[in-house]
Amino acid sequence: MNFEFTEEQLMIRDAARDYVQREAIKDVLERDEKSEFPAKHVKALGELGFLGMMADPKYGGGGMDTVSYVLAMEEISKVDASLGVIMSVNNSLVVWGLQKYGNDFQKDKYLPALCDGRQIGAFLLSEPEAGSDASHQHTTAEDKGDYYLINGTKNWITNANSASVYLVVAQTHPEKKHKGINAFIVDKNSPGISLGPHENKMGMRSSDTHSVMFTDVKVPKENRIGDDGFGFTFAMRVLEGGRIGIASQALGIAGGAMERAIAYSKERKSFGTEISNHQAIAFKLADMAVKIENARNLCLKAAWLKDQHKPFGIFSAMAKQYAADIAMEVTTEAVQIHGGYGYVKEYHVERLMREAKLTQIYEGTSEVQKIIISRDLLHD
Amino acid sequence: MKILVCLGNVPDTTTKIKISDNKLDATGIQWIINPWDELALTRAMELKEDANNLVDGVSVVSVGLASAEPTIRKALAIGADEAFRIDCEPTDAFFTATQLSLVAKDFDIVLTGIESSDYNGISVGGMLAEIIGSASVSAVSSLNIDADKIIVSREIDGGKETVSTQLPVVLTVQKGIAKDPRIPAMRGIMMARQKPLKVIAATSTANLTEILKFEMPQAKGKCKMVDAENVAELVNLLRNEAKVI
Ligand SMILES: Cc1cc2nc3c(=O)[nH]c(=O)nc-3n(C[C@H](O)[C@H](O)[C@H](O)COP(=O)(O)OP(=O)(O)OC[C@H]3O[C@@H](n4cnc5c(N)ncnc54)[C@H](O)[C@@H]3O)c2cc1C
Repeated sequence: MNFEFTEEQLMIRDAARDYVQREAIKDVLERDEKSEFPAKHVKALGELGFLGMMADPKYGGGGMDTVSYVLAMEEISKVDASLGVIMSVNNSLVVWGLQKYGNDFQKDKYLPALCDGRQIGAFLLSEPEAGSDASHQHTTAEDKGDYYLINGTKNWITNANSASVYLVVAQTHPEKKHKGINAFIVDKNSPGISLGPHENKMGMRSSDTHSVMFTDVKVPKENRIGDDGFGFTFAMRVLEGGRIGIASQALGIAGGAMERAIAYSKERKSFGTEISNHQAIAFKLADMAVKIENARNLCLKAAWLKDQHKPFGIFSAMAKQYAADIAMEVTTEAVQIHGGYGYVKEYHVERLMREAKLTQIYEGTSEVQKIIISRDLLHD
Repeated sequence: MKILVCLGNVPDTTTKIKISDNKLDATGIQWIINPWDELALTRAMELKEDANNLVDGVSVVSVGLASAEPTIRKALAIGADEAFRIDCEPTDAFFTATQLSLVAKDFDIVLTGIESSDYNGISVGGMLAEIIGSASVSAVSSLNIDADKIIVSREIDGGKETVSTQLPVVLTVQKGIAKDPRIPAMRGIMMARQKPLKVIAATSTANLTEILKFEMPQAKGKCKMVDAENVAELVNLLRNEAKVI
C-alpha cells in the first residue's frame, strides 16, 4: 500500500486549483444566476490540457492517470461544479470512450480537437422514456447499407449546444433488445438535428443541458463505434469510468462546502464566541471531514484499480453513490452552519447544495448504483 | 540572449510558521517557488515566446537540497529549458549569492526576485551582481529587450524611472514584472522529468551572517468595538488602555 501522490499528480492538482481559484471563482455566481456557459474557462482548461487529461499524448492528450483526474476534478468542482461536469463528460465519456473503443480512423479524426478544447463532446444516452432503464432505447438507427438513419429524441444532454461531437446511442435491431443497440459518432451540425430549449435547472446552471431531436439524420457507417450491436456494452463500460469523474465532482462539491463552513465558523460569533467553539458546530465539521475522507478514498481506489487495468466497476459505483450522497449531506450542513447567510447566494454554499443534488441523479441515480452494487453481492 | 532565473524554494505563503531549535520547523510545509521568482520566470517565458526570437533559452537555478527538486521541476513544467540545483542548504545571502555565481556567470540576463517571501533578505541579487562583476538594477517592474539593449523600468519615490543597461546584468524584479504566475499545462508537467536538471556541487564559502534567534510576532490585540455614539468611551480607551493619545 502506498498513499503518497507522485510529484506529477500533485502538480496537476495544484494547477487545477490555481486555475479555478484564480479565474473561475470570479464569475461563478454570475454564471449560475444567468445560466451562462463558461466558454472562456473551457477554452483555458483545454489549453492547459484538462479536457483530454487521460488520453494518449499521440492524440494530444495529457497521458495522465485516473488518480490525477480525481484530484483535478475535485479541485475544479470545489469552486465550479458546472465546469466539473463539462470536463467530466468530455474526459471520461467522450474522449476515453473513443480512445478505448474507437478505431484508428475515428481516433485520428476526433481526438486531437477534443483533447485541447477546440471542440468538446457530448454523450447522448438518456431519453424521455429511458433514464435509469437505458436499455429501453426508443431512438432508432436504421441500417441503410452505407449509412445509418437516426430518428428519436435524447433528453438531458450535457454540452448539447456547445459540443461539436456527439456520441449517440440508438437501437438498430429492436428484436435483439439491448444487444441490437449501436453507438455512433455524430457531427452536431448534421442536417436533421435540432435542440430543445436550454433547461432551466436547479443547479449546475452554467452547464448547458438540452434535449436533442434527430429527424432522418444520416450517419456514415464508418462512424459506428465497435461491431454491430456493441452500443449498449459501450455505454455501460464508458459509464463505469465516467462515475469516477462524477464521484470526484461530488467529492469536490463537498470539499468546497466544508472549506467555506470552516472559514465561516471561525469568523461568525454568537453568544460571545466564534460559532466553531460551539460543539454542535465543531462536530458537524468533524462529521464532514470523515465523510469527505471516506469519499476521497473510494474515488482514489476506483481510479487506482482502473489505472492498474483491474476491474473497477463496483468501486466506481460505490464511489459515485457514496460521494454523491455525502455531498448532499455535507452541503446541507454547510448551509446550516452559515445560518441565514447560507441561504443567500453570495455565500456559495446554497449553490453547492443545489449542485450536489444532481450528482445523486445523473450517470446513474444513487438507487441505480445500489442496484449495481447489490447485484454484484448477490451474484453467485 | 540567455536568461537565468534564480528560484527560491519557500514555504507556501499560507503556511503557519513554527520555529523549533532556532530553525524553521519544516514538518507539513508545502514548498513553492518564491512568488517574485515565479513572476520573473513568467516574464522570461514571455520574452522567450516573443516573435522576435530575442531569447535563446531560459534556465533556472536554485540553491537547495534534493528536497527542493519538485519546486525546480515545476519551473521546468512551466517551460524553462533546463535547471541547475546547487547542492547545499542556502544559509545566508552571501553564501547563496556565491553559490548562484557558479551558474550565473554564463548568462546574459539573470533575474532574481526582489526578496524571498520567507526571510525577506533583499540582498542576494545585488551581491550576486557584485560577485560576477555584472551590471545590476534593483526593484525592476518592467523588462523589455530592444534589439541588443535591455530596457527596464523601476519604481522610484513618486514615479517611475526607465533605464537601459549593458549586458550581462542581474535584475532584481518586483511585482509588475509580469501579471500572474503561469500555471503549468499538462504537457509541460509530462515533459518536466525529461528536461535536464543538473546537480552542481557547492563551492565552499563562509556565511557572513549568523542567525541568533527567531521570535514570533506578538499576538495581535483583540479588537474592541465601541458604539458610534460613545465618543467618550473611545477617547478613554485610546488614552488609558491603548495609551496612544
Ligand atoms: C442536468 C442533467 C444532465 C444530464 N446529462 C446527461 C448526459 O449528458 N447524457 C445522458 O445520456 N444523460 C444525461 N442525464 C440524464 C440522467 O442520466 C438521467 O436523468 C438519470 O439516469 C435518471 O433517469 P430519469 O431521469 O429518467 O429517471 P428515472 O429513471 O425515471 O428514475 C426516477 C426515480 O426512480 C428511481 N428508479 C428507477 N428505476 C429504479 C429501480 N429499478 N429501482 C429503484 N429505483 C429506481 C430512480 O433512482 C429515480 O429516483 C442528465 C440529467 C440531468 C438532470
